[in-house]
Amino acid sequence: MADLPADADVVIVGSGPAGLAAAAELCRLGLRTVHVLERADALGGVPRHCGHSPYGLREFGRPMFGPAYARALVAKARRAGAVLHTGVTVTALGPGPTLSVSSDAGIATLSARAVLLATGTRETPRTARLIGGQKPGGVMVTGALQSMVYGPGKRPFRRPVILGSELVSFSAILTCRHAGIRPVAMVEPGQRITARHPAQLLPRILGIPLHLNAEIAEIAGRDRVEAVEISGPSGMTRIAADGVIVTGQFRPEATLVRASELALDPRTGGPEVDEGGRCSQTGVYAAGNVLRPVETAGWCWQEGRSVALCIAQDLQGLAPLDSVPIAVSGALKYAVPQRISDASGRGFGQIQLRVPHAVSGRLSLRVDGHEIAGRPLSALPERRLLLPLPAPQGRLEVALDEH
Amino acid sequence: MPQPHANADTYDVAVIGAGVVGCALARRYALSGARVVVLEKAADILDGASKGNSAILHTGFDAPPGSLDQACIAEGYDEYMEIRDRLNLPVLRTGALVVAWTEAQAERLPALIAQAQANGVGDVEALDAAETRALEPGLGPGVCASFRVPREVVIDAWSAPLAYLAQAMAHGAELRRNCPVSAGTYDGEVWALETPRGRLRARLVINAAGLYGDTVDEMLLGVRDFTVRPRKGQFVVYDKSAFSLVGHILLPVPTEITKGVVVCPTAYGNLLVGPTAEDQDEKDRATLVPKTLDALRQRGEEILPGLAHHDITAIYAGLRPATEHKDYQIRHHAAQAYVTVGGIRSTGLSAALGIASHVVRMTQEAGTTYQTPNDVVWPQAPNISEAARRDWQCPGNGGIVCHCELVTEREVQAALDGPLGATSLAGLKRRTRVTMGRCQGFHCSARLSELTEGRFPVPMAEDVARG
Repeated sequence: MADLPADADVVIVGSGPAGLAAAAELCRLGLRTVHVLERADALGGVPRHCGHSPYGLREFGRPMFGPAYARALVAKARRAGAVLHTGVTVTALGPGPTLSVSSDAGIATLSARAVLLATGTRETPRTARLIGGQKPGGVMVTGALQSMVYGPGKRPFRRPVILGSELVSFSAILTCRHAGIRPVAMVEPGQRITARHPAQLLPRILGIPLHLNAEIAEIAGRDRVEAVEISGPSGMTRIAADGVIVTGQFRPEATLVRASELALDPRTGGPEVDEGGRCSQTGVYAAGNVLRPVETAGWCWQEGRSVALCIAQDLQGLAPLDSVPIAVSGALKYAVPQRISDASGRGFGQIQLRVPHAVSGRLSLRVDGHEIAGRPLSALPERRLLLPLPAPQGRLEVALDEH
Repeated sequence: MPQPHANADTYDVAVIGAGVVGCALARRYALSGARVVVLEKAADILDGASKGNSAILHTGFDAPPGSLDQACIAEGYDEYMEIRDRLNLPVLRTGALVVAWTEAQAERLPALIAQAQANGVGDVEALDAAETRALEPGLGPGVCASFRVPREVVIDAWSAPLAYLAQAMAHGAELRRNCPVSAGTYDGEVWALETPRGRLRARLVINAAGLYGDTVDEMLLGVRDFTVRPRKGQFVVYDKSAFSLVGHILLPVPTEITKGVVVCPTAYGNLLVGPTAEDQDEKDRATLVPKTLDALRQRGEEILPGLAHHDITAIYAGLRPATEHKDYQIRHHAAQAYVTVGGIRSTGLSAALGIASHVVRMTQEAGTTYQTPNDVVWPQAPNISEAARRDWQCPGNGGIVCHCELVTEREVQAALDGPLGATSLAGLKRRTRVTMGRCQGFHCSARLSELTEGRFPVPMAEDVARG
């Protein structure tokens, strides 16, 4: 492993698609010292544990499996000249910007002209969902299962219950298939499967009983999971199982942000940014799934490249001085970016939105109370919604007024 | 391993139960020179009542004046503060505020302050609503008054008993895990205890079996002086970002049944809300109930509205060994060379060292004495609290394994090694905090399954290739 530098042009925290895309792009744009800090012992972020397609269509023009995609991103960043470090955990972000880090060598401080936070996302575990029962081993989020299966090749259970039906829940099914694990039920609290077609066909094809409008009422077992109690429309069902995969409900891995002076958007759980990924502290940027729950690897990769371009321009002294906040109202979960600085077309081209539940109404973008863009909309949760990015002006507001 | 008393096949003392009280008893007897064996029925120590508490070291300000409980808590508090540096045990000097949220509660404060003073806790300080709010600006609306107990502190509920037992073992005590006592007879001089690992002989038996104290008494003495009725306490733990919302332990005005819902910083830099008090019959199962956890969260947010913006990272439930009596059930059956230490309901962590000294005095007064060792060994407990320098800040740590709790590979290895090593993921969590943070194993499960390979009777995972 390369030695950590005391200072650098750009330090990128996280080596997933956003961080690696930004690293390659920054080098291409002529930045001389670009360092990526990864706390895990392997580079590539979440895709390296997703042994299924499709990854890489946008980035490499062909469908790839997650681990191959991760390797390709690593190779590209390295070829471009970025220095990639593993086993380095950033413990604090301070003014400057400076980073406090920990590794096998102990602690150190790095300073950089710019820091890019690309720390990604994680799922909401059993504890934060207040799922009842006992606390046996074998209850885990998808990420934990995938890292065990695609890392050391281990299988923590054979007949788990899957909670959730987001895209990642189907990724969990594929991981199970790969490891010879047979899920015994899929439990979804909502009325319908959250993920898009055709993922929803998977449980039926594989013969996994689907419980809609249902919750896990209780997990039973002392050392290992022995049974799962499911409460559904027709009452309680007790299913023999030896594990529970708690899937989805992603949230930004924004611990560094929370422990810093950076402004945090309570709607996204991530840092507030403008369209260039600029956080509230000069010299600090963010891209990828730390910005919001949750986008595809390809989307994060594109964000990483966009923010890299803004960083490179800013470091030449072209940083915008001011920004206009975007207010959010009505049936919207969040809007990213939270501010607009610049109408140059650099950075994110659109405002990204999500709805908290199935909703129909009128989506509108207003300046000083007047709609400048809008459309009628019926939307489901966890679906990407976009509005064109306006110029910074007046009092900006996005709203989804329900019918 | 060298046997310090290899010529004797009879132990001086057999302690049944390796909860915090059993660990403290083992330590005190070992330091008195006794040859001690600790018999634990579970696969690991601290597996019963001691695994789910609020980690407060109480002064005993609200104990019944003149009671044994009060005396043991006060003595236990003092000894912890005296020995903690030498054992490398943390303390978070928060102080506690007993907060009245209604006028009726406020009217009870003067009597509680008088009780604290009667218990020798003379430094309590009455505060009006404005003074309370000035100390804790994050408190929700409705505070009427409070009083401050400066010496109530937060400790680490895992490393303390581990350190007690480690010190006992450094003085020759032996630990047998997976070792329930199934029968026993006393011949007037020596007890013969039957276990799955064979027959053990001991001159004195101490029942520190916690939730099973009544059944152990019945099995060995043929009497049942009390009945354990487990009282479940559920807790929710907030992420470290919530830690700065409050400076003190926030205690409610106590009721007859319980100290009530507490909001409390932890030594690990989290914030905890709990416990509930729910009587149940089952001794081996503390079930988490979503509705109750949600009510705890709501109560927490009433007390400290800022909690609404922070994540819950852990939920747990413990069982306190409550009995039909309000006070500790400590009895010396001198004719049978047997001591019952039962009904240590909710103050075991605070009182354990005091209880141990009390019991040793009781049995020594009855004539049993030992050869006190010349030198006392003080093994250093691994520090896993935020109060001191952590391993991730030191070179050669092997890198961080658990990123939420900043647990290093060297810490994990140390917790797996040695005679007190972890034998399950649950035990490893208690010793190191791995997987106990906000991501609950999202990032470290794979690494842990490798590091613990071949270490646990119930492994974290099996090889996929094994078909």
